[in-house]
Amino acid sequence: MASPTDRKYSTDHEWVLVDGDVATIGITKYAADQLGSIVFVELPEEGESFGSEDAYGEVESVKSVSELLLPVGGEVVAINQALEDAPETVNDDPYGEGWLVRVRLDNKGDLDELIDGAAYDASLA
Amino acid sequence: MSKSKDAVTKISKTPLHDEHLSLGATMVSFAGFDMPLQYQGIVEEHLATRESVGIFDVSHMATLRIRGEGSWQFLQHILANDLEKIENIGAAQYSLLLDEDGHIIDDLIVYNTGAEFMLIVNASNAQTDFDWMIQHCPDDVEIFDESERTAIIAVQGPEALEVIAELAEEDDWDPPKRFHLAPLTMVGGANMLVARTGYTGEDGVELIMHREDAVAVWRVLMSFENVNPIGLGARDTLRLEMGYHLYGNDMDRSRNPIEAGLGWVCPKTKTGYIGAEAVAKARDEGCKEKLAYLKITGGIPREGYPVLDVEKEIGTIASGSHSPSLGVGIATVYLPRKFAVEGTKLQIGIRKRRAEAEVVKPPFYKK
Repeated sequence: MASPTDRKYSTDHEWVLVDGDVATIGITKYAADQLGSIVFVELPEEGESFGSEDAYGEVESVKSVSELLLPVGGEVVAINQALEDAPETVNDDPYGEGWLVRVRLDNKGDLDELIDGAAYDASLA
Repeated sequence: MSKSKDAVTKISKTPLHDEHLSLGATMVSFAGFDMPLQYQGIVEEHLATRESVGIFDVSHMATLRIRGEGSWQFLQHILANDLEKIENIGAAQYSLLLDEDGHIIDDLIVYNTGAEFMLIVNASNAQTDFDWMIQHCPDDVEIFDESERTAIIAVQGPEALEVIAELAEEDDWDPPKRFHLAPLTMVGGANMLVARTGYTGEDGVELIMHREDAVAVWRVLMSFENVNPIGLGARDTLRLEMGYHLYGNDMDRSRNPIEAGLGWVCPKTKTGYIGAEAVAKARDEGCKEKLAYLKITGGIPREGYPVLDVEKEIGTIASGSHSPSLGVGIATVYLPRKFAVEGTKLQIGIRKRRAEAEVVKPPFYKK
């Protein structure tokens, strides 16, 4: 199935949906499927700042721990607190309710490093 | 003493290897075998075993058969548990192979099949066990490693016995009692031993058969709607929820049965077996450490993570996982005895973070 075309992607399997200067970040369906059932999500605190490609959290499945790498630099303005009690939402709805963090972009130029849905899908093939 | 050995890089396949691949399993190298880690997902497979039936290819485990007049005396000498308890034909018991210092060489199940004794041992220890047994074997005992001719499929879950009854050619086939085995002929002719044992905490059996029958048996099992293939991932979470030991994590050649919480496998009334004196001494004098069970909130414990008492490291996680049935972290750890007490509150170091842990009594999961 094609990835949504309303957003951009990193080759580290994260998606970025931009609204003004705030970007919502999540992991792709492909990444969620590869991880299997996600049982724990560790997210940063609101107000923390990260550079592009910094590790900002972790997702854990039963058998693995994977670092989350921020595709764009900025300050965390919101985290998806619902994942604390329902980490499986990342598997169930990776492009919607399973979002991870919202970041105020430091540099919109970071977005130029990202690829569109078609290019992301092609990278998986 | 250790013999020098060439590096072993050969990866073995069980007779069910192609079945796993055609089911789309994620494969992993385990004890020299290419084994299924998961098919649908560890959580799904775990819950399916708790709720209906899971089938597991455990053909990597080694099967040793002990024959000859002196078999009983020999096994009574090298195994910690008392064979008097399995005098009846068909009876089985969990036991330990110990060295003279009382340290654990392996854990295993010994079956009294009548004509002989059958031992099912860990794949990773098979060679060590076999060498140890040969070294202690008297002239009137023969030891056969039948692992390569044998396949084992575990069928576990609340509906497992119904499935097995359907397999049997006989209409009125009765399952063996718990920790017993019985022969079964499957519709189509495959002969197997059905052992009412397992590693999940669920009722169920382990089917021990000729290697060449494995695919046919597996396919018949898979034809049942309530049967799910289960990989090593869920096998581990299922056993950990029950507090069952895993060799290499929860015990090894540096631990004795008393500190491992396996004193019950070494009856006080039995003496004269290898390691008996060391076990008696450990029992009388107590051990510095004891295997403890931790329930963790706010993170998932993993092997090697530090266990802390107010920022002082007092142990490292031996086995750790998310518990699919309970939705919390569960773990084992060797702790100084004063901490290995139910209700003790500790912390787990998860990278820079701390998660709360409490010492609990096993099993983690109760029906």
